Amino acid sequence: MVEWTEFERNTIQSIFANLNYEVTGAKALARCLVVYPWTQRYFANFGNLYNAAAIMGNPKVAAHGTVVLHGLDRAVKNMDNIKATYAELSVLHSEKLHVDPDNFKVRLLSPTFTTCMQSCVCVVEQSCDVMSLLDPQLLADCLTIVVAAQMGAAFTAEVQAAFQKFLAVVVSSLCRQYH
Amino acid sequence: IMSLSAKDKAAVKAFWAKAATKADDIGSDALSRMLVVYPQTKTYFSHWKDLSPGSAPVRKHGKTVMAGVAEAVAKIDDLTGGLLTLSELHAFTLRVDPANFKILSHNLLVVLATQFPEDFTPEVHVAMDKFLSALALALSEKYR
Repeated sequence: MVEWTEFERNTIQSIFANLNYEVTGAKALARCLVVYPWTQRYFANFGNLYNAAAIMGNPKVAAHGTVVLHGLDRAVKNMDNIKATYAELSVLHSEKLHVDPDNFKVRLLSPTFTTCMQSCVCVVEQSCDVMSLLDPQLLADCLTIVVAAQMGAAFTAEVQAAFQKFLAVVVSSLCRQYH
Repeated sequence: IMSLSAKDKAAVKAFWAKAATKADDIGSDALSRMLVVYPQTKTYFSHWKDLSPGSAPVRKHGKTVMAGVAEAVAKIDDLTGGLLTLSELHAFTLRVDPANFKILSHNLLVVLATQFPEDFTPEVHVAMDKFLSALALALSEKYR
């Protein structure tokens, strides 16, 4: 069970309350695809990822980045049980180990999610399927860099520690579903 | 090893030209963050009176570290040869676990992002990440 200080809780709630999901999600995923180009492997159907400019301007990357960031919402709301949050959401994971590529494509590209739950399931299922190949820490590091750039001096060492701790718990909970 | 392309080296040199003016602040901030966010790194500095962010020993050591980074930029065409002495220092005297190089590099990148939000683009980020990785590898050269 992860212990959170009041400072850590407030910091995480504050960061996510002030987040522009579309902008930050897009930037974080695009940065990940540029800085760690082997991650592009999992987005072959996203169209033009030929160079940094193409990646940063790619609307599918932007859309998916937003989805991924929203996938963190439940963890933000359930900081005391992040492990169970993602366990519950990835209950279908074992059935999805051998993904039907069409199914995967539909989930990946579908722009409409009627409920947060659906989007979270989608994100986690995608994440789980992809996780065996894609290190979520890479995206976590890029998200840290993007948030740092946005917050500037307000992203103090203590804030950084809280943010990285939160992401580490999320990454650990997601990876826990793999064996 | 992923070696640095001509484009990478150009990007590093161009960005460093901007960042160098704030080298001392960058070094101090990166070290401060490392000590707070990765407290296990404090063991290397148990001889310091004050390990708090921005303290005198942290500022002084930040300068030392950044001087090393500056030297590496200047010798970017032959990091292994150029950083031989520093490698021997780290290997035989300091004996810093090389795993920590990645930790400090990460914190340097975070500081660069906070200080240069517009200039630290994804392309500059990947060039700097590659450069710091190559630097760490050169420092590890003499370890075993």
